[in-house]
Amino acid sequence: MSPLLDVRDLVKTYGEGEAETRVLKGLNLRLETGELSALLGPSGSGKSTLLTILGTLMKPSSGQHVMLGEDLTKASDKDLTEFRNRHIGFVFQFHHLLPDFTALENVVFPSAVQSGRETAAARKRGQELLARVGLEHRMDFLATKLSGGQKQRVAIARALMNKPELVLADEPTGNLDRESATQVMDLIAEINQNEKTTFLISTHDEKIADTCRRQIRVMDGKAD
Amino acid sequence: MLYGLKIALRYLTASKSQTGLLIAGVAVGVFVFIFMSALIGGLAVFLVQRTVGDIAHVTIEAPARDAVSLLTESTGALVVQQRATGQRATLRTADAFLPLIEAMPGVTATSPQIVGNGFLVRGLATAPVGVTGVETAKVSAIANISKALVSGTTDLANSSIIIGATLASDLGIGVGQVVRLQSDRGVERPLVVSGIFELGVEALDARAAFVGLSTARTLFDLPQGISRIEIKLDNLNQAEAYATRIAAETGLKATPWTEGNAQLLDGLRAQASSGDLIKAFALITIVIGVASALLLSTYRRRPEIGIMRAMGAGRGFVIFVFVTQGALIGILGGLIGAGLGYAALSPFPVPELAPPGGLPVDVRQGAYGLAISLTAIGAILASILPARAAARVDPVSVIGQ
Repeated sequence: MSPLLDVRDLVKTYGEGEAETRVLKGLNLRLETGELSALLGPSGSGKSTLLTILGTLMKPSSGQHVMLGEDLTKASDKDLTEFRNRHIGFVFQFHHLLPDFTALENVVFPSAVQSGRETAAARKRGQELLARVGLEHRMDFLATKLSGGQKQRVAIARALMNKPELVLADEPTGNLDRESATQVMDLIAEINQNEKTTFLISTHDEKIADTCRRQIRVMDGKAD
Repeated sequence: MLYGLKIALRYLTASKSQTGLLIAGVAVGVFVFIFMSALIGGLAVFLVQRTVGDIAHVTIEAPARDAVSLLTESTGALVVQQRATGQRATLRTADAFLPLIEAMPGVTATSPQIVGNGFLVRGLATAPVGVTGVETAKVSAIANISKALVSGTTDLANSSIIIGATLASDLGIGVGQVVRLQSDRGVERPLVVSGIFELGVEALDARAAFVGLSTARTLFDLPQGISRIEIKLDNLNQAEAYATRIAAETGLKATPWTEGNAQLLDGLRAQASSGDLIKAFALITIVIGVASALLLSTYRRRPEIGIMRAMGAGRGFVIFVFVTQGALIGILGGLIGAGLGYAALSPFPVPELAPPGGLPVDVRQGAYGLAISLTAIGAILASILPARAAARVDPVSVIGQ
């Protein structure tokens, strides 16, 4: 059975000539469906660059990036945008919700932008997701009216909207207090357990990493 | 694309004061556009009305008889018939085609006339005069003599004459008094002044006289036919087209009023060009205003655009959102500006009825549809640059902020 994600000899360099910096130096990584993995490593090790490439927001300088059997290194910007929308969810450290939209509208966004309108089915799934992250009473609140923990839970619900195979989380608890961080990680673990959604969580926090079944360490541009 | 419209609307309503100011700016630009259209158009109507209102829009005359070779070229053209200087071209078949012209849509009045020159004599005073013989009922068909009367009536029966106020003053005569008219054909008749008019055009007030058609036949020795037919149209801008059509249908010489008023037309064209320039500047102001405001909005919303792109929004979607904002601003500003323009112009009387010294704006010439359409198109074009800038936002560069 083919893996969900398979990257081989991934290289990413920034700049040119003397200013050239090689961040990823032939990184290899495989993720199977249903994994809950932590991505660990010091600052500058290439974690964020790796997540950005895996999220199809950036192309590697060389190497192979295959997900769901598709070679994404050769895809056009338009194809990558569609692929990202259908198969990948994001949770960022600073949640990055749309401030002029309600919690429900933020959650529904990935579906609405795909179909061109907010369908009733999408709104129903959005409501279910918000209920699942414990925010059924905050659906119609503007994003700016929510607390930090609530915003992050809305961001998780948004990441799950299109039922993606892979959710990439970049320091999802980095900006939260310990209690909120525990709640968010419990939520991620529950969703992973029940829906077999694959999570790859970048973190500095060993305690957070310990809640994941697999720890991947990135050191000097390579994964162990 | 319904969802793109929703996002565009949300962005506009999220910054109410900024959007309000932007729409107000566009509305002011549209107001200026509409006011200038109404003013330039009204001024043109006013000038034409004042200048051309009392003359014929099309004049039909018999074609001039040019010199003609009497022998064919093969036999040698030795003898020609020269045009006699005293020869008068007359319309002998006017009765046949007059109903045809009167039946044309757009023709509001016709006036068959006999014209000639002569001298008005009273005692020792003599004044040259251009005499127009008209049907009694059509004395005011071309120049509105009835409205311009300062004394007497327009009755031309029983050897009457109507003269201009300056002429009456020069000769020292008034209504009811008798004056002798000597025509250039050597005929002299005593006539009673039945009315005195003042059109405000010196050439007419000092030199024009109207007599009945039968009196003119006697004075100018013209027992049959007429000199010309003057025609008025409901739209004097169509004069050239009507003249061409009448000439084609009757074979007669038809002259539009524009042929003798080239300087007025040049002036009107220059005036229209100035108005177009001002309107163009108003549109350019709108375009620059919308473009700069949307560029600022693009910069302010860079993080959100990045997130949308990360969530799967294509570049086309982002462009649509910003172009739609431009279109909405243009349409709303255009509608408000047009409404304000109409409301501001409505109290003004139309130029035809404008009092002396009044502002000759014409509410009918506000070009409302054109103003709204051009503004919407201008705003859409103005939004393309910011929209393209928004679509180029790199999600990676803003997500980390």
